[in-house]
Amino acid sequence: MRAVKRQMIMAVTGAMLMLVSSVCFGSGIPDEITINSIQKYYSGVNFNHAAHINNLKDCGLCHHHTTGAQVSDPNCARCHKNSGAQAVVSCKGCHSATPFTPEALKLQRDQQPPLYHKDQVGLKGAYHLGCVGCHEKMQGPTGCQDCHKRNESGDKIFHSGSYAPKTTDTPKSSHH
Amino acid sequence: MIDRRDFLKGCLACGVTAASIGVAGKNAFAAGSFEGYPDSMGVLVDLTRCVGCRSCEAACNDEQNLPDPDLPFDDKSVFKEQRRTTDKAYTVVNKYEVANKDTLFRKMQCNHCNEPACLTSCFVNAYTKTKEGAVIYNSKVCVGCRNCMIACPFNIPAYSYSSPTNPMVKKCIFCYETRVKNGRPPACVEICPQQVMTFGHRADLIKMGHDRITSNPAKYVDKLYGEKEVGGTSWMYLSSVDFDKVGLDNHMQNEPIISNVKDFLGTVPMVLSIWPALFTGIHLLATKNKGGHGDHDHEEGDEQ
Repeated sequence: MRAVKRQMIMAVTGAMLMLVSSVCFGSGIPDEITINSIQKYYSGVNFNHAAHINNLKDCGLCHHHTTGAQVSDPNCARCHKNSGAQAVVSCKGCHSATPFTPEALKLQRDQQPPLYHKDQVGLKGAYHLGCVGCHEKMQGPTGCQDCHKRNESGDKIFHSGSYAPKTTDTPKSSHH
Repeated sequence: MIDRRDFLKGCLACGVTAASIGVAGKNAFAAGSFEGYPDSMGVLVDLTRCVGCRSCEAACNDEQNLPDPDLPFDDKSVFKEQRRTTDKAYTVVNKYEVANKDTLFRKMQCNHCNEPACLTSCFVNAYTKTKEGAVIYNSKVCVGCRNCMIACPFNIPAYSYSSPTNPMVKKCIFCYETRVKNGRPPACVEICPQQVMTFGHRADLIKMGHDRITSNPAKYVDKLYGEKEVGGTSWMYLSSVDFDKVGLDNHMQNEPIISNVKDFLGTVPMVLSIWPALFTGIHLLATKNKGGHGDHDHEEGDEQ
């Protein structure tokens, strides 16, 4: 129980810190965000937040109801029509970087109220589904390395770059 | 004398009786009664999210220590043909040209059936369905008969021809030993950038799948593939097009594959025990009406 309490305190503190860093500086809206929480096989992304704000104007396209923007999804609007700006607006504030741990699965199963926010994607899924989905519609870059260059361990696992299979003879002809 | 027709009728009657006794006697094992272990894990695959990056193939290769691929995992030329799983690749992504909706990708791997046909077809009992839902196998006892390859309704098990001394069937094991056993998601699920795959309890995933369809009926066809197919599978699919168009058999039976042969196999022991007695009886009846025993012996001797 004590461990759980400590975890909760840490989570709340973390959320508070995030809040301070992302909301209270300057106008409260960062111009550039470095997305580096999940950089195992790729380098981080220097996300030009300001350019996206200028292009899209609508914060709700990425931040749902959290910034207090008018929600377009009628299902969300049932609760969040007038719910205003939330304390947490960052992606990682809600979307978990580890959505499939036994603890996360239990949390999701026991969630209260049980009706909404149930099928929430993880952080990596949230980034890619949001970014790639919109980039496809608006002809933005959609290739993996258009946004983040693959690093050494990425090349290794993909058997690409300096780890590419040796192709001295054509692979087809060597196959009987 | 019993003629051939009467004899066959008799056999049929025996068989039917045996089958009905068998079915009534073991209702607990009746076809389709096993719906998976209560805490079985599973994966919900949302085909509408896949962009064909092949990260899952790379992660699988790394996690399972499979041989180096012929081409890098970021090479998209592999999509020119429809591939299947091999002993070197437990999962492969295929591309499907779909009318009106350009392209869809589908990752294929073992679906980890509730009542696996591979398991029931294996006579050395190499396969195990774990309580976590994974269908794993013991390659040490595999004799390489490849019955499981024929039995699998999804054409998944592949055969390792490269080792003549240790023949073995190879397939996706749900990352059981390294991950799922310890409550971690399979490597492919973890690496997927688009969260095409959602790892969780199978019972929760069934609800989640139907919820996604209900909340977005225009996006999905109204079917959760794998919920009922061949008795249910741990891996289940959502799609924006008919499942036939992405290489999944849309007319797969809902009963486990074993149901197709269970009743028949139940009669085999009956046949084995009844037939010898029956034939002996017939032989005795047939020879009784013939002349003397001496003659019979004489005939037999002649034949030889």
